[in-house]
Formats: sequence, structure tokens, C-alpha cells
Amino acid sequence: MTDVAWISAAIGAARPQAVAALLRYFRDLDMAEEAFQEACLRALKAWPKNGPPRDPAAWLIFVGRNSGIDQVRRRARQAPMPGEDLLSDLGDAEADMAERLDGAHYRDDILRLLFICCHPDLPQTQQIALALRIVSGLSVKQIARAFVVSEAAMEQRITRAKARIADAGVLFETPGAVERAERLAAVAAMAYLVFNEGYSSAGAEASARAPLAEEAIRLVRLLLRLFPAEPEIMGLAALMLLQHARAPARFDADGALVLLEDQDRSLWRGEMIDEGLALVDKALRHGKPGPYQVQAAIAALHARAKRPEETDWREIDLLYALLERLQPSPVVTLNRAVAVAKLHGPEAALAMIEPLEERLSGYFHFHGLRGGLLMQMGRAGEARVAFDRAIALANTAAEAAHIRQHIDRLMREGTAGYPVPTAG
Amino acid sequence: MLYAILCYASEDVVCSWSKEQDDAVLAKLAAVQEKYARAGKLGPVARLLPTTAATTLRKVKGEPVVLDGPFAETKEQFLGFYTVDCADLDEAITFARELSEVNPSGGSYEIRPISLLNPVAATI
Repeated sequence: MTDVAWISAAIGAARPQAVAALLRYFRDLDMAEEAFQEACLRALKAWPKNGPPRDPAAWLIFVGRNSGIDQVRRRARQAPMPGEDLLSDLGDAEADMAERLDGAHYRDDILRLLFICCHPDLPQTQQIALALRIVSGLSVKQIARAFVVSEAAMEQRITRAKARIADAGVLFETPGAVERAERLAAVAAMAYLVFNEGYSSAGAEASARAPLAEEAIRLVRLLLRLFPAEPEIMGLAALMLLQHARAPARFDADGALVLLEDQDRSLWRGEMIDEGLALVDKALRHGKPGPYQVQAAIAALHARAKRPEETDWREIDLLYALLERLQPSPVVTLNRAVAVAKLHGPEAALAMIEPLEERLSGYFHFHGLRGGLLMQMGRAGEARVAFDRAIALANTAAEAAHIRQHIDRLMREGTAGYPVPTAG
Repeated sequence: MLYAILCYASEDVVCSWSKEQDDAVLAKLAAVQEKYARAGKLGPVARLLPTTAATTLRKVKGEPVVLDGPFAETKEQFLGFYTVDCADLDEAITFARELSEVNPSGGSYEIRPISLLNPVAATI
């Protein structure tokens, strides 16, 4: 790896803390970003020569703040900027600076920066784009690729989002406990959106979007370091890790979605699963279940099963029942029906999902599951109709390809045992 | 003489490596290990999973208390470690608790998942 790659990694790691601190100093997002960019340029010059600083974030904040102040003065008086020689004794200043960095502000700084991106006035697509740009530091080009829009369109989307934030004003006072908890919940939801953007993609999109899932995991690990005793944040981190661990097995060579129980489990990433399982266990010890924890616990039961037959469907059914109470939604019931089908047969599951038809008639997975259950019950004609509906509603080519495989099997074998689809 | 080589680095930075960067580093490290493994000198090599997955058992007024997160004090020194295969975190905490009960020092036990980088190649 080149020096530049190492330095980029160090800068990327320091970015949220550095931009967040600069935002506190300047109270202006554009200025904070400019100051950070300037600090990065200087880091690229200084670090290869002098070696990386002991605390990259402190270095970037210090240099960024100085360059930002210079900018302000220059704009005010048109005075020339001080030369780089004035920054030459940074080595000594840095140790000092690290001491003076206000540790107490650090957590709320980062939370504020993240919270800005999930301002309720911003549509979800803008929240995600802004977080990826400002917090993760992805380039506009990378984000545009991930969302399959032109760079100009993405630039405009981000500019618009920033303008809305500027209009709304940013709260700089230290949040109280309730406010902090609300911010944390909003930020967690945004991180999960970022994750799902990466996770739900397939085929050609997948390679452009795969980094989004990784970025989301970085974001949630960051949150967890700031709030190490929050069980829902542990749950969210675990949920992302356990789902992302399955990524290498989720699509076949043709790009079609592979059902959880048909996946080659040897391809699952063991390290991520271990980290996820440890986090689920940690979270559940708190005895304060929440939606992320319950979903993570379900993912953990799938991860613990060495073979699909060893899956603890009874426990999964109970967890979905709990999730239905915590966060009632027809989609949760639909997922629960998968466990019910395993435990009590397709008739019971079909009875459970029929009442959802009105609310889920436009939902791919509803028709996919319904077709699967009907197929298992030998009602091939109705299954075919449901599968056709599913294909018409598929969001990705991979989803459509997956259903087509089942139609092929239906045509070939009549009433082949259809494995009930579980979210891969 | 057996030695442990303990690795310290910024978790923030290591966690921001791309998979390709990480794989490249591990491959280079593996090449170094290979030499020592062939000479029959290498024991188990472990990567500690992120500190966010850690739990710490410490004695507070003589009573063991389980806390979220890694061990964070600097007044105590790193004096030893165990590797143990547990079904879940509760089992690992039970093991640490049993250790702490018979250990007269007031020390702490950080419980951290690891992944073995050379699960079959250890030569000692």
C-alpha cells in the first residue's frame, strides 16, 4: 500500500471527530468542511515527511481551525494568508493540543454532526446523501454512482439539503438527556437507512453500493464508542454485522437472490458473525429489548444454525411476536409467517398473511411468500398468479430472477416443496 | 522461552481499511508468520475483534460487576490472558467471574471475542 492509501485511511478515520469539532468552532457546515479539506491537503504534504501524528484527529482539528480562522480574516481584510512555515512547529503544538481538546464536547460534537444529516425536514434520500458526503467523506461521484444518478444531480441534491439545514439553524447548546436520546435514535435510524441502501442492492448496482453497508457499520461502531452502554445501538450494530456477514452468499453466479436456507453458509464471514453475536449477547443482558435488538436476536439465531435444519424457528416465532408488539407492522407479521410455516405448516402461515393483503398488495415479498405457501399446498394455479404479481413488483433484477426460478420449478415439477423465502 | 507479542494500533484507522487493504496487510503478516511456523516456533495468532464488542468484568468494592466496553484504566497493567471457547457471552462471563473469585488482586477481566488467524497452523 502506498503512503497515500495509509494516510487516506487515517484521515478517513479521524474525519467525523475532526469535522464535528470544526463545526462547533465555525458553526457553519461549509466552513467546517473547507477547513477540514485544507487540513487534509496539509496532512498529505506533512505526514509523509514527518510521519503520521500521534493523534491525527487533534492535528486535523488544530490545522483546520487555524486555516479556517485565516480564511475568515482574509475575507474580512483581504490580508494574505500566513505561509506554511508558521505551521512548522506543529509537532510540539500537537501534544499540547491533544491535552486541550475538550473531551467532554467530543461526544456531543459527533452526535450533532450526525444529527444534522437526519433533520426531519430532509427527505430520506437527502439524509443518506448528506451523511455519506459529510460524515463518511465519500466523494459526490461515489455517492452519485451508488444512487445511479448523474454527478450534477447529486451535487444539486446535497447543495439543496445543506441549504435547508442552514435555513433551519443548528442547535449548538449541549443537549439534555432526553434530547440526546432523541438525537441518538434519529441518527441510528439514518445509519440503518444507509445500511439498507447498500444491503438491498444487487447485480450491477451492488458493487457501487456495497461500500454503503460498510460505511453504515463504521457509523454504528462510532455511535457505540460514544454510547457504549446503549443496548439498542449494540442491537443495531449486531443486526448490521450479522446481515452483512451473509453478503458473499446472497446472490448466485447469475446474480439471482439466494434464499437464506439455500445459502452456502461456509461463505458467511465468521469474524463479523462473532462480533455480531457478542454484541447481541451484550445487549440482551440489559433486559431492555427494542426493535433493533429483537431483529438482531433473530439474525443471531440464523447465524448460529450450522445447517438450515438446525434453525430454532420456535424462538424466532417468539421474537417476531415480540417485535409485532414493539413495532407493529404488516411486514413484521409477514416475516413471522415464515416461522409459522416452518412450525405449523403452510396453511397456518397463509391464514396469518391473508388479512395483510390489502396493506401489502404492492409488496414484492408478500406475493413471493404467498406464492410459495400456495405451491407447498399444491395450489399451483394460484401460486403461479401470486408469483407473476411478485415479478411485476420486483425492485431488482435479482428478486425477479429468484421468483422466475420458482416458476420454472413449478412448471417442471408441479408441486415441488417450495422453500419459504426468508429475507436473505 | 515463550513470548507474547501484543499489537497496539488505532482501531479507528484499522477499521477504516477497505477489505482489500485489510487482506493485503494480513497476507504480508502471514508471510512473516509462515517463517516462524515452519521453524516450529509459532503459537496461536489472534485478532481481537473491535473494542465495541467487549465486555469487562471488574471488582467494585470486592464485588464483580459486568460493564459494557473494553478495559479503560491505565493504572493497571496487562498481566495475562486466556483463550476459551464459549457458547455465548454468559458462559465467558461465568468463566471470568470464577477467575476473579479466586484471584485476590482486585483486577479486571476484559472479555473480547477473537478470531484465530492461524487456526490450524500453530506449531507449538
